This record gives sequence, structure tokens and C-alpha cells, in this order.
Amino acid sequence: MTTPLLAPAFRADGSKRPFLEVKDLRVHFPTADGLVKSVDGLSFELERGEILGIVGESGSGKSVTSLAILGLHKGSNAMVTGEIWLDGREIVAATEEEVRDLRGSEMGMIFQDPLSSLHPFYSVGTQISEAYLVHTKVSKKDAKAEAIRMLEKVGIPNAPNRYNDYPHQFSGGMRQRAMIAMALICQPQLLIADEPTTALDVTVQAQILELIKELHDELNSAVILITHDLGVVAETCDKVLVMYGGQCVEKGLVDDLFYAPEMPYTWGLLRSMPRMDRDRQTRLTPIPGSPPSLINVPSGCVFNTRCPFTDRVDGDKCRTVHPDLQQGATPGHEVRCHIPTAQRQEIWLTEISPNL
Amino acid sequence: MTNQTTAVSTPASTPRSEPLLSVRGVSKYFPGGSSGLLGRRGKPIKAVDGVSFSVEQGQTLGLVGESGCGKSTTGRVISKLLEPTSGEIRFNGRDIAGLKPREMRAYRSEIQMIFQDPFSSLNPRHTVGTIVGAPFRIQGVKPDHGIKAEVQSMMERVGLNPEHYNRYPHEFSGGQRQRIGIARALALRPKLIVCDEPVSALDVSVQAQVVNLLEDLQQEFGVAFVFIAHDLSVVRHIADRVAVMYLGKIMEIADRDTLYSEPLHPYTHALMSAVPVPDPRKERRRERILLTGDLPSPSNPPTGCVFHTRCQKFREELTDVQQDRCRTELPVLTEKTPGHEVYCHFPAPRAGLTDLLKTGVPA
Ligand SMILES: Nc1ncnc2c1ncn2[C@@H]1O[C@H](COP(=O)(O)OP(=O)(O)OP(=O)(O)O)[C@@H](O)[C@H]1O
Ligand SMILES: Nc1ncnc2c1ncn2[C@@H]1O[C@H](COP(=O)(O)OP(=O)(O)O)[C@@H](O)[C@H]1O
Ligand code: SF4
Ligand code: SF4
Ligand SMILES: [Mg+2]
Ligand SMILES: [Mg+2]
Repeated sequence: MTTPLLAPAFRADGSKRPFLEVKDLRVHFPTADGLVKSVDGLSFELERGEILGIVGESGSGKSVTSLAILGLHKGSNAMVTGEIWLDGREIVAATEEEVRDLRGSEMGMIFQDPLSSLHPFYSVGTQISEAYLVHTKVSKKDAKAEAIRMLEKVGIPNAPNRYNDYPHQFSGGMRQRAMIAMALICQPQLLIADEPTTALDVTVQAQILELIKELHDELNSAVILITHDLGVVAETCDKVLVMYGGQCVEKGLVDDLFYAPEMPYTWGLLRSMPRMDRDRQTRLTPIPGSPPSLINVPSGCVFNTRCPFTDRVDGDKCRTVHPDLQQGATPGHEVRCHIPTAQRQEIWLTEISPNL
Repeated sequence: MTNQTTAVSTPASTPRSEPLLSVRGVSKYFPGGSSGLLGRRGKPIKAVDGVSFSVEQGQTLGLVGESGCGKSTTGRVISKLLEPTSGEIRFNGRDIAGLKPREMRAYRSEIQMIFQDPFSSLNPRHTVGTIVGAPFRIQGVKPDHGIKAEVQSMMERVGLNPEHYNRYPHEFSGGQRQRIGIARALALRPKLIVCDEPVSALDVSVQAQVVNLLEDLQQEFGVAFVFIAHDLSVVRHIADRVAVMYLGKIMEIADRDTLYSEPLHPYTHALMSAVPVPDPRKERRRERILLTGDLPSPSNPPTGCVFHTRCQKFREELTDVQQDRCRTELPVLTEKTPGHEVYCHFPAPRAGLTDLLKTGVPA
């Protein structure tokens, strides 16, 4: 390791670093059409035992963010800047080898498509034992026993027999559970789950989320759950970060985000979803238009091309001045919008919330 | 349009007593995969097994259920993209189940389909104009002002820029591609469109745009929808009547408000309890019914009630004698109250769930 031994847990000002700290992360891709600014100045913190939800539409930069934390842009053409501190170690500047060590031991991951991370030619069980053997010095026999225990734990019926099955012999839900077993067998301190249930039925989704929560309780790990489903966030997370156009536009505790959101984009997301727990609306309220290009990111506020509230801001500020992420009504709640906090609260209470 | 106008302007063109579409005991079995070295035929895959429902003119029937339960197969059988193995499909007063492809021709323009994947369901080498105009050419229909004018007005109607007539699908976003699929399906003014997960691949904000569009078009053209989805909240929004499927069979079918306010089947309870709602306080205190085990194979469905291997009521509430009945006796879809049919020996509302659905847990 090249990172210094003592200093890392502390910042230059002497304060203690959180378990995970992402600071001004930028991930840009040079392409034939121009520079794609997939993630542009993202910062957040996460402690052990917390579950952070990252929400946003497709293409908003969620997966690119998770790949950066996992150090998986290394060796690609991605231009990554900023800092990512995990348990005192910095990932952006670390070598490929150093992050490979971290992955699997400190960090585990679950991706949307389990087939892309399970090798088709090896049995599911073997792949899970191998993952265990990479970081733990035990015999093959013990690794197998542990893998079977994990498969049982994630609810694979008849695990000793299914150990030798190949991925295609598992259903979608079982593959997802096998991936979770593989991620958790190394007891990661940080688990990143990128749309782990998006392709699954609600019934299987409920099982998988239950499993993630259970194991998170047991290991006291930090979890990042990436999703575009606000219901999943409400069910699972402690904190939420809303991404739009490669930027964080609002973040805070889950209750702040659902009971006192302040950013027009978050309002738009809440308004556009049909809800089973409310009276049926005669008509849905979509966010007009479509997400911005990340090559020609709109000047001013990224959301200004779709925002219905630009008339609440003086002059042309929404189109010309990029708003900072600033504290909202409560500490820890941050919002990127030119409308003053008090006025945003007023709009939420009088115009948005009553119509949800 | 020359030969379609009557269908559009007179919604009462079917005999009054009969619904637009009436499906009775329809099954679709696929040949089972060959197993073993001898290539023995396996048991047939009962993708759809004796379903019955009807759809009224201008109304929407929602079809929900887990992946693999037979929703798409049902949709394809109705559209006659697949031949049913057995059963009756009455459309507009006539049984079309056994019609040969040539005889089906007349019905092709009246029943259309929209697919889930806006990326693969459109031919990437064809322009939007060609794609949306294809039904006219295939059916040999000549609109009054020519195909191009008709296509462009349809494009405008679904919210696409008519000037993009010569563009290719890859030049459009997911939501726009779904609009292209909708324009194509509507071109011939069908009476029925089977929408197979039309918004599942879209982000919520765009999903709402497309749902609104479908509702507007239904109003305007009087078209009926069979709306297949696994998202129960979307179905509650768009459907007038809802059928819940499991392993090729209908478990419960009722008018939307009845089904969502007082579901009676344990499987419907499990589905509804699993839908996350965007309200953390409700989420913290709600009870979730977790289904155990995996979906059984449709080539080897359980005996008796097909749901008994995963039914929480069977597991937790029933006596041994009652369980025996579930294991051995096949339930039939039975009308409990007018229009509300349930496939279960012991149908009953579930208290906690009904509360959550009706009013929500007070915060
Ligand atoms: N051509 C086919 N040959 C054999 N089996 C098939 C065929 N088409 C579908 N099946 C099987 O029939 C059953 C029902 O499939 P269907 O596609 O109708 O499900 P679905 O409810 O639409 O699921 P999803 O939500 O995943 O789209 C499944 O078990 C499927 O594997
Ligand atoms: N390797 C790459 N090269 C160029 N652009 C990329 C690359 N990977 C992702 N992007 C772009 O970055 C943006 C964010 O992508 P992603 O993080 O995958 O979105 P999501 O929020 O859906 O996970 C998208 O516009 C995507 O097209
Ligand atoms: S800054 Fe302007 S455009 Fe951006 S969210 Fe606020 S009101 Fe809307
Ligand atoms: S018949 Fe028995 S097993 Fe089937 S759904 Fe009803 S209670 Fe459950
Ligand atoms: Mg992604
Ligand atoms: Mg399907």
C-alpha cells in the first residue's frame, strides 16, 4: 500500500473521516461526439450501519458512480478526479492492484444483471467458494461448506444439491440470490447494490431487499442501494441522494426527502408515480420532456429544461447560474435550487404535497 | 380512412349484450423440451391453462402476475400471434380461436399489439414513416389523403414531431420509441390493443407521459386495452378490470376498485403486500407477506390448488383437513360477489392489508 498509515482516518483539519467519503467526484468519458460528463462534482458521506439510496432516471450517472467507488474505471478511458476515501484508504489515486484487494474483502457488489457477473461455464457453488478462497485461507472443503451455508442463508432451497448447478439452471430470482451470497460470503464492510431488484417481480424484490437488510444488520456494513424506485428507497434506506444529469440535486435523511423534499426534480419524481396507498388519481403528472444530454449539459441549473418552477426565480438565473448544493430546512438536508428554502417549503406544503 | 371510419365513430357497433372480447377456457401448451439422450418429449409446458375473461369496448383489462405466469402468452393468443391449444376466443361476436391465418386477415387490423421493449420491437433499418405506415401496406388500406399524411397526423397525435418522419428508431429516446410503437398499433384504428408491458422499461417520469397518452387515445378512439404489467400501481391507475394470474391460471378477477380495496385471494394479498410505497413511515410498520420457494414449473404444476406450495394462508392458517383439500381438490374460479371471481377454497379479505390499501396507515 502506498497510502500513509496513520493519517488516513483523519482529514487535514484533524476531523475524523467517515467510513466512506466521496469528495467532488468527476467521471468524464471522451467520446467521438464530445466529452460525456457522467458524474460531475458528486460528494457524499456514509457511515457503517447506514443504507444510502441513490435515485435518479436512467443515464443520470448512478452506475458510473458505483463503478468509480469500486475502482472499476481503472484501465478504461474514463477520466476520474476527486477523492474517494474508504475506511481510511483513497481509491481514485490507488493502483488497480490495491483496489482489487479491497473489492471482495472490504467491498462487495451486486449488479442488476446477475448473468453478467456469474460465469456461465462454472457451477454457481464453485464460483461462490472461489470468491471466498481469494480472501480467506481455508481448505477447499471448508470453502464449499461455507458457500453452501451462504446459499441456504439467501434462501436457495436444497442448497447442497444446487451447489453444482450452472447459472442457467437457476431462475432470475435465484441467480440474484446467488450473487448476493457471493457478495456477502466475504463479509464486505461496504456493499454496493446497483438496481439489484429492477428486473425482478415485486415478490422476489421483497425477498431480496429483506435479505440485504438482514445481512446489513448482522455485519453492520454500509450499503449503497442504487435504484430508480422511490418505493424501494422508502422501504430500505436511511439516507437518500437524488441524482440528475450527473449531479446530486438533493440529499438528506429518508424522512426529509419524502416528507419535506425541496427540489423541483424530487417533487416531479414523487408526483409522476401512481401510488397504491393513496386515492387513485384521475391523471398522472409526468415531468415534461426528457433527461438532458451529458455532452451539452444545460447551463445554469441542470434541471431548467424541464422545471415547471423557473418562474419563481428572479430573472434568468435558472438558465445562467449553476446553483450550489446548499443546506435546506434542516441540517444534513442539501438542495440545489435557486428558490429560497422558505419558499420551497411553502410550495411543497401548498402545491405539491396535497396533490400526491 | 376508407374502411375504418364506422368502427371509430360508432362505439356501439357490436351487439349490445356481448363484450368486445370474450375468452372462455383458453389454454396454450407448448411442447416440452426433449429430455435425455433419446430426445424423449417432456411434459407439455402449460403456459396458459384454461383462462376466461372478457373485455368491454373502450375498456381496459389489466393482467398482472409474476414473471413466467403466462401474461404474454395470453396476450399473444388473443392477438392470434399464437394458436390456442383449446378454448374459445369470441371477438366482436365471432369465435376467432380456430380461424386460419387467411381468415384472420380481416381481424388483423382490429387487434393490435404494443410490446415492452421499445428498443428491439422496432426494425432499426426502417424509418419511423415506414414503421408506422406498415400496417396500411400490409392490410392494403389506402387512407384518404395518402399514407404519409395519415402517418404524420398519427405521429403528431402521439406526441412525435411529424418532421421526424424519415428518422430511424435509434435517433429516439425510450419513451419516444414507445410512442412510435403506439402510433403503429393505432394506425388502422383497431378495436383492441394488447399492450404487453408497454411502460415497464421506462423511467417513472416518462412512464407517466406514456400512460397519460394511452388514456387519451382510448378516450379519443374508443379502443379497448388488454394491459399486461407486473407493476400493480400502474395497473390500478389504468385498468377498469384486473385479472391476477399465477402459473397459467387466473387466481382472481374483479373490477379495479373491488380488487384493490378487498382482494380475496392469498396470492393477490402477497402481491399487494410486496409493492413498496414511497412513504417511509408506512414502510416501517407494514407487514409483508413473503412468498416462500420459487415458482413451480408450468410443465409440472402442483396438484390441487396450483398455489398451495407457496400459499401463506395454507401454511399458517389452515387446519390439516383444510390443507388436504388445497392439496388435492382443484379450485374453480367462482363468483363471490357480482363480477368478483376467485380461485381459492378459502377466499377471505385480509385485515391489515385491506386497511393499507384503502386509506393508507395514518402517519
Ligand atoms: N415458445 C415457448 N416454448 C416453450 N415455453 C414457452 C414458450 N413461450 C413461453 N413459454 C413458457 O410459458 C410460460 C409463460 O410465459 P409468458 O411469456 O407468457 O410469461 P409472462 O407472464 O409474460 O412473463 P414475464 O413477466 O416474464 O414477461 C413460461 O414458463 C415460459 O417459459
Ligand atoms: N464507457 C462509457 N463511455 C461513454 N459514456 C458512458 C460510459 N459509461 C456510461 N456513460 C454515460 O454516462 C451516463 C451515466 O450512465 P450511468 O451511470 O450508467 O447511468 P445510470 O444512472 O442509468 O446508472 C450515461 O449518459 C451513459 O451513456
Ligand atoms: S434552480 Fe430553477 S430550474 Fe433549477 S430546480 Fe430550482 S427553480 Fe428549477
Ligand atoms: S385453495 Fe388453499 S392453497 Fe390455494 S390459494 Fe386458497 S388457501 Fe391457498
Ligand atoms: Mg445503471
Ligand atoms: Mg411477458
